[in-house]
Amino acid sequence: MKELIVISGKGGTGKTSLIAAFASLAENKVLCDADVDAADLHLILDPHGLSRADFKSGHTAHIDTNKCTECGLCLDLCRFDAISDDFKVNPIDCEGCGVCVHFCLEKAIDFPENTCGEWFISGTRLGPLVHARLGIAEENSGKLVTLVRQESKRLADEKKLGLILTDGPPGVGCPVIASIGGASDVLIVAEPTLSGIHDMERVVQLAKHFKVPAMVCVNKFDLNPDLTGDIENFAGDEGLTCLGRIPFDPSVTQAMVKGQTIIEYNKESQAGHAVQDIWHTLSKKLVL
Amino acid sequence: MIVSIASGKGGTGKTTVATNLAQSVGFGVQLLDCDVEEPNAHLFINPSFEGSQTVFLPVPEVDEDRCTYCGKCAEICQFKAIAVVAQNVLVFDDLCHSCGGCWEICPESAIQEGRRELGIIQKGRSNGIEFIHGRLRVGEAMSPPLIKMVRAFQDFNKLTIIDAPPGTSCPVIAAMKDTDFVLLVTEPTPFGLHDLKLAVGAAQMLDIPMGLVINRSDLGDDRVREYARQEGLPILMEIPFDRRVAEAYSKGEMLVEVMPRWKDRFLALYDKIRHLSSQQTQNTKNQTRKTKHRP
Repeated sequence: MKELIVISGKGGTGKTSLIAAFASLAENKVLCDADVDAADLHLILDPHGLSRADFKSGHTAHIDTNKCTECGLCLDLCRFDAISDDFKVNPIDCEGCGVCVHFCLEKAIDFPENTCGEWFISGTRLGPLVHARLGIAEENSGKLVTLVRQESKRLADEKKLGLILTDGPPGVGCPVIASIGGASDVLIVAEPTLSGIHDMERVVQLAKHFKVPAMVCVNKFDLNPDLTGDIENFAGDEGLTCLGRIPFDPSVTQAMVKGQTIIEYNKESQAGHAVQDIWHTLSKKLVL
Repeated sequence: MIVSIASGKGGTGKTTVATNLAQSVGFGVQLLDCDVEEPNAHLFINPSFEGSQTVFLPVPEVDEDRCTYCGKCAEICQFKAIAVVAQNVLVFDDLCHSCGGCWEICPESAIQEGRRELGIIQKGRSNGIEFIHGRLRVGEAMSPPLIKMVRAFQDFNKLTIIDAPPGTSCPVIAAMKDTDFVLLVTEPTPFGLHDLKLAVGAAQMLDIPMGLVINRSDLGDDRVREYARQEGLPILMEIPFDRRVAEAYSKGEMLVEVMPRWKDRFLALYDKIRHLSSQQTQNTKNQTRKTKHRP
């Protein structure tokens, strides 16, 4: 089974629009939105829910004021400044380490499990979609990413589908690490700006660090053809395959506003052609 | 005053707004780039860095001579960062949250504080702006501790502008918490709107006054403006798409440099932020007063 994850380092380079376009072009696949922090793929795919489940992970301390003798031990032990002087736990600051719970002499601290989000398996016009919503200000996004990836694999196995197309999160931290670990292929969407190059270099380093094979394509390449060349040279030096270039094209935004992929909206548009060329090269590369 | 600049969705123009606002106000501004996974503000501000400091998190280091393999450390660890297998203690540095539980609990005092490299913090200056950013070590998963370390440099006598990471989970909260105003940068697209709502939820949860900047305001549709109207969120600035601006941005040039007339607009934006945040403070004071006088 092939699992292609699209990441970028920098946000807003076009990951979701690209994966949605691939969804229009690929056959026999499961779609997966691993950007659980700000999931957007469903806005294009208009899913109808098949199943929903709570995502439970981690714990938060809660002090029972009736039992608390205000001895102050928990205040001394907490390394996250999560307990106020009047012995209330701020759930936003609580790391869920349980140190206060363990050492409390009065056993006055509860430690309930958190429900920090929900995840879904949905049907869409372009195939099944596994997606999730992490609660605002919640932690453990990496674990939720791992969960949606596992469910996507299970679903692909069950339905005998040979490909998973996964929309990844921005950055290089916890959710990205959880997204690329063990993936068969990673596609990095870069943009030809100084920020874009800076961030792409870091995400290329990350893929190397975790020994995941990566490919690169350049979006909005015509905003700066020189930097596009620099990106492709950098990718070449790093031994990464360049899959192609997509021009800046307002049709991409128009498609998004209509809730369509660029292929559905206008496959004869400039961006539509470019994405089809990239998919052609990519599907050969993935041996689909 | 501390102003955090956030968005939910990535690539909407947080760094553009943060750097241009800092550059426009100029002297006496402190700019903290808290997007430590992918810091970019320095590419526009071009500070001359005065050195760099590597920062660490404490992680357990086990003295095997003292260890009796009782397993209490593994029991208390909520993050599976330490395991005892027969006559072996395995420490998984990357999973450790540095809570100190294992070294507090060890009956043999066999656990000392080792360290794991989190990243670096760099400080510099440019045109009267004091600039500080964190760079997360590639391969490091946890950005909130580094964000907190960058924020420890906040100078309360200055206008502090914080460039926050995208999203709405713990890194954004670390960047946004205890700031006086959140400026949310969005774009008028379905993705922009969807992620804006999440960011608004985060600012509401933290009870921080906010306002919007709509970037590429002429690409997309009108739903962001409608939402802002319904929610009573003030739109403080709109930046239309301009290919020249996009090209200048690609080269690391700032909007206020390419089109100097934008400087006055960013100064006007700063005035609005000051006005809105002081209004909010006044409201809070009034509310507190009311609560106090309630019989």
